[in-house]
Amino acid sequence: MDRFMWTNGLLEMNETLVIQQRGVRLYDGDEKAKLDVGVVLLSTHRLLWRDQKNHECCICMPLSQIIFFEEQAAGIGKSAKIVIHLHPAPANKEPGPFQQSKFSYIKLSFKEHGQIEFYRRLMEEMTQKRWENTPVSQPISTTAGLKAGRTRAVGIVGIERKLEEKRKETDKNISEAFEDLSKLMEKVSTLSSPSILLTSVTTAKEMVELSKSIASKIKDKQGDITEDETIRFKSYLLSMGIADPVTRETHGSGTHYHMQLARQLGDMLQAPLEERGGMMALTEVYCLVNRARGMELLSPEDLVNACKMFESLKLPLRLRVFDSGVMVVQLQSHNEEEMIASALDNVSEKGSLTAEEFAKLLGLSVLLAKERLLLAEKMGHLCRDDSVEGLRFYPNLF
Amino acid sequence: MHRRGVGAGAIAKKKLAEAKYKERGTVLAEDQIAQMSKQLETFKTHLEEFASKHKQEIRKNSQFRVQFQEMCATIGVDPLASGKGFWSEMLGVGDFYYELGVQIIEVCLALKHRNGGLITLDELHQRVLKGRGKFAQDMSQDDLVRAIKKLKAMGNGFGMIPVGGSYLVQSVPAELNMDHTVVLQLAEKKGYVTVSEIRDGLKWEKERACHVLDHLLKEGLAWLDSQAADEPQYWLPALFSELSSRDVTAEEANQMTP
Repeated sequence: MDRFMWTNGLLEMNETLVIQQRGVRLYDGDEKAKLDVGVVLLSTHRLLWRDQKNHECCICMPLSQIIFFEEQAAGIGKSAKIVIHLHPAPANKEPGPFQQSKFSYIKLSFKEHGQIEFYRRLMEEMTQKRWENTPVSQPISTTAGLKAGRTRAVGIVGIERKLEEKRKETDKNISEAFEDLSKLMEKVSTLSSPSILLTSVTTAKEMVELSKSIASKIKDKQGDITEDETIRFKSYLLSMGIADPVTRETHGSGTHYHMQLARQLGDMLQAPLEERGGMMALTEVYCLVNRARGMELLSPEDLVNACKMFESLKLPLRLRVFDSGVMVVQLQSHNEEEMIASALDNVSEKGSLTAEEFAKLLGLSVLLAKERLLLAEKMGHLCRDDSVEGLRFYPNLF
Repeated sequence: MHRRGVGAGAIAKKKLAEAKYKERGTVLAEDQIAQMSKQLETFKTHLEEFASKHKQEIRKNSQFRVQFQEMCATIGVDPLASGKGFWSEMLGVGDFYYELGVQIIEVCLALKHRNGGLITLDELHQRVLKGRGKFAQDMSQDDLVRAIKKLKAMGNGFGMIPVGGSYLVQSVPAELNMDHTVVLQLAEKKGYVTVSEIRDGLKWEKERACHVLDHLLKEGLAWLDSQAADEPQYWLPALFSELSSRDVTAEEANQMTP
């Protein structure tokens, strides 16, 4: 840690910021440096670190100090780290937070992740050694007039400048990203002729056009497209996120992916459904499934498309849509008449019930309790009393 | 020689048809599908490269996400349609929004007994942020709105009502027509509304105003304060600001509706 120098944190001419990462703690060798958590910054010329709370506390070292570096994987209760081995400090090194250190290496501890990207960028910079091509002027050295041993950016002007830099840097990163994104999205090659073989670079936009053309052909039944090819095409649409209105009419939304999902859901939802009386709102299923998965989550559309395949795959579950638009998954063994008959019993016993009371009685969600009562009403078993006090259901004596 | 469906003759016929198609500049769908497969591979490579450079940006920067989404919309691509899509798999956009969806559903469910299934976008934003914790990724209102739009596919009445410069998020399938919406907008300023205010402000007759207010009461979206000074006030819990309310338990809520 004695290789570091105090700095005002401003970048020099020709020096550009490569990446920064917050939530980083410095280690002197294996010991935590007596500094708080901060932001580590990598520029084309230096490695900098700034205290997150006290922005005036900013230190740096030239990248030329680095001999080599390696990753240290995270452990239980330990964040991932990058270990950086350093050359000895030069004799004329500017003052820094540590006068001396028994270690020739430091560690960056990434408490809020970001180590993968940082490592990659550091590798790039250490390979390219851009600082050798564009030397920067020496940082403003302390003169005898200033406080001995320390240089810091002082005053509001210094802070404002840092904020402005940060803003510019963020903008720069974004515009770089946008450029790349536009290139990805926009047409790059020429598509003036409807020739079949396109060997040049293609883009998303072209693919959208292409898929529209294919879809309309499938619809008009031009050419000999096999079932397999249709399924393949649908999976391409799925991968790209291109809407598929045409083939859906004729072939349904299902792809192999959705069939697989449907089967997984069939297994996974048996027990929860039974616990909840055979029926669950689709939003409840969505939360349950995604919480269990943790990552590679399902989109709402994925879930709906998979549930639509229950019947054709002969799984013991069904997707059902009530008049109100509420969608539920229910066990096929769910016996509608039984449910309604028992609902009627419950209501008769108590004289009358609201959806909330019914929900409490059965341990159902209010939403589904209401749907069941509405259904019983539809069948003519119950009738309603709709007042400002709420919707109450009575046995139908008519 | 017998004629069959397959054989040299049939193949020759097919070749002829193909040639004719090509002549006219029309392309066979099968060929196009094969072509698309190649394009997909190329695209995947480009996307991978993009992801390696900018994946962090997407996760950390909500402004970038907005621009990204808008670009996709312009070219007709929905990056959130499926968790199996490339965008989701390589850029990780999907998981961000789908998890947000789960968090939104949970917050709305937890508060439903209090506000009837209606909540301001601001309050939803605050509560979801709180639930996500200190080190979670940044999340903007635009992100919320996109996640909510995706939730609509599950048919549970997720919708957004423009009110006072922002939105009310509806999470139950209660039917709210234009009349209801306009009364909600009127109530936004003070958090409550009276029959006279509706008559003066919207020039409706008393019957129409009462009809709308009754519906809001029934759906649990409004509470009646019949002890107010001049005339009964209809309060909307969804519009209560943090300062002037405290959390009501389900039991208390049940006791309040007679």
